[in-house]
Amino acid sequence: MSVEIEAVTRDFGTAANPALRGVSMALRSGEFVALLGPSGSGKTTLLRILAGLDFPDAGRVLIGGRDVAQVPARDRNVGVVFQNYALFRHMTVFENVAFGLRVRPRAQRPANAEIDRRVRELLALVQIPELAPRYPEQISGGQRQRVALARALAIEPQLLLLDEPFGALDALVRKDVRRWVRGLHDRLGLTSLLVTHDQEEAMEMADRVAVMEQGRIVQFDPPHTLIDAPASAFVARFVGDANRLAASVHGGRLDIAGFGGFDAAGLPEGAAEIFVRPDDLRILPPRDGLAPGLVEWSRPAERGRWKMLVAVGEHRLEGYGERAFERGAACALEFQALTAFGARGERVSINGREAAPSLR
Amino acid sequence: MSVATDDAPWLRRLLVMLALVFAVLIFLAPLAAVFTEALRRGIAPALEAIVEPDALSAMRLTLLVAAVAVPVNTLGGVAASWAIAKFDFPGKRLLVTLIELPFSVSPVISGLVYVLIFGAQGWFGPWLREHDVQIIFALPGLVLATTFVTFPFVARTLLPLMQEQGREEEEAAATLGAGGLQTFFRVTLPNVKWALLGGVLLCNARAMGEFGAVAVVSGHIRGATNTMPLHVEILYNEYMFVGAFAVASLLALLGLVTLAAKALLEYWTARPIGIEA
Repeated sequence: MSVEIEAVTRDFGTAANPALRGVSMALRSGEFVALLGPSGSGKTTLLRILAGLDFPDAGRVLIGGRDVAQVPARDRNVGVVFQNYALFRHMTVFENVAFGLRVRPRAQRPANAEIDRRVRELLALVQIPELAPRYPEQISGGQRQRVALARALAIEPQLLLLDEPFGALDALVRKDVRRWVRGLHDRLGLTSLLVTHDQEEAMEMADRVAVMEQGRIVQFDPPHTLIDAPASAFVARFVGDANRLAASVHGGRLDIAGFGGFDAAGLPEGAAEIFVRPDDLRILPPRDGLAPGLVEWSRPAERGRWKMLVAVGEHRLEGYGERAFERGAACALEFQALTAFGARGERVSINGREAAPSLR
Repeated sequence: MSVATDDAPWLRRLLVMLALVFAVLIFLAPLAAVFTEALRRGIAPALEAIVEPDALSAMRLTLLVAAVAVPVNTLGGVAASWAIAKFDFPGKRLLVTLIELPFSVSPVISGLVYVLIFGAQGWFGPWLREHDVQIIFALPGLVLATTFVTFPFVARTLLPLMQEQGREEEEAAATLGAGGLQTFFRVTLPNVKWALLGGVLLCNARAMGEFGAVAVVSGHIRGATNTMPLHVEILYNEYMFVGAFAVASLLALLGLVTLAAKALLEYWTARPIGIEA
């Protein structure tokens, strides 16, 4: 089921700081999209508008081609998994899942035997058939999550909305559940929207990720594009775990405090921000022509390399080296690639071959 | 055990004793006095005072007033707490304040207000008399005054629980296709059913025991507008102590039964029920 959101705005009585400021995006049928952003960026507001629990002040929302501006939640047939699951506490797991079928108008309500069959099927699908007679307070967080999912799927939605659904799970369970939910999405042919502040989760599960900042979508791209070509310093800071450095441009030269200068073609005069991924930062023995640093710690990493934290003046940078260094040992840093953002958001990617030699 | 919270043993014992003495003096002694005074001359005179026609009429009236006031306040209290906890609307704070009004106003004043409005010299008095409607010194006045005084019990018992439970389950129900009434009866109400029962019990106890507001609007017409608490007062003022305390024992028993029922409820549901100010 396709979803189109056009210039949606929403403010909660604070016009100076609206929750959504003209958001547009389109989900293709069958797509898994993640809304990624820090808390307060408007992602949950957008999800609630899609669910019909909140309504935009302006703009259009189309689900499967139908304008849903006047359609309340109960008539949308959109599955929602809430952040804290919102299971009905006085109902058994079975009744929780059956709820969506039992509240249908009499003419469309399945017979009891049919409801029973469908609920058992759903509980089998989410792999907790034995929990049917339990109450929500008697089962674990991971199990509640499965119940919430089964309950949302009971109404046979084509659009599934997930609001931070893995936040309450511990790290080990979370990885499994993510993979499993994505598998379910593919198997059932759903269109899914995941709201999360966890970039790893978004990158791992979604076909495309929409990064939100202060009520706007600042980039909507497949995960690899977010990494390779972040649209703004905000995206670069939020996605991946790049080292961030403050810099400035003077007379065509990009100066990074403590590192010397680069050729700054394409960047205007003024302040700039630099992002270097740990993978693009090589730690070498001290060498002329490279910026010096002091190793704070080094630990073994994959493929025989060592991951290190290096202090350069005020900065702390993570990078990799071919061998371990003593704590406090001197070293040199080689940038193999970096991304620079100018004062007005201009992005320049600098390749290591050009960057490294110009370091003084 | 932490040393800082370890008071001297003698001090601890003294404090416990003090609490005990207070409990006995303030709660148990009066209760015991009611029953001993009632049975001072044996069980027969006490029973006689209870089955005497005026007493029976007072009991009937009390039950009748409660039978109207409690359901009305149950409906009103559920509606008010539902609206406040689950919806946003202008004037919400005002409504919350209004619900608490009967708690902050002296019951005697509440009764007087109704006399001022509906009494013979009141705003609507002449009009009511023309149409042959009697509110003050009659059943409608008693019901009105009792309903007003006991309104907060159900609402104030439900409201904190409903607010604590939030709106998530209702929102989940909506996304699953449930309408407003379905959501209310299948999700909201079952989630507060024990608290509701507790609130109704408290409301009922107060409705049957209310004195001040009822005293003002009743007119003390024996056999007609006297409720049980008023009947007790009249008997007492006429030096019919056994009768007064016998009827008072019934009221006290009602209170004890209410408390026991509430304690049982709390035991079953493992959570305290009551008014959180």
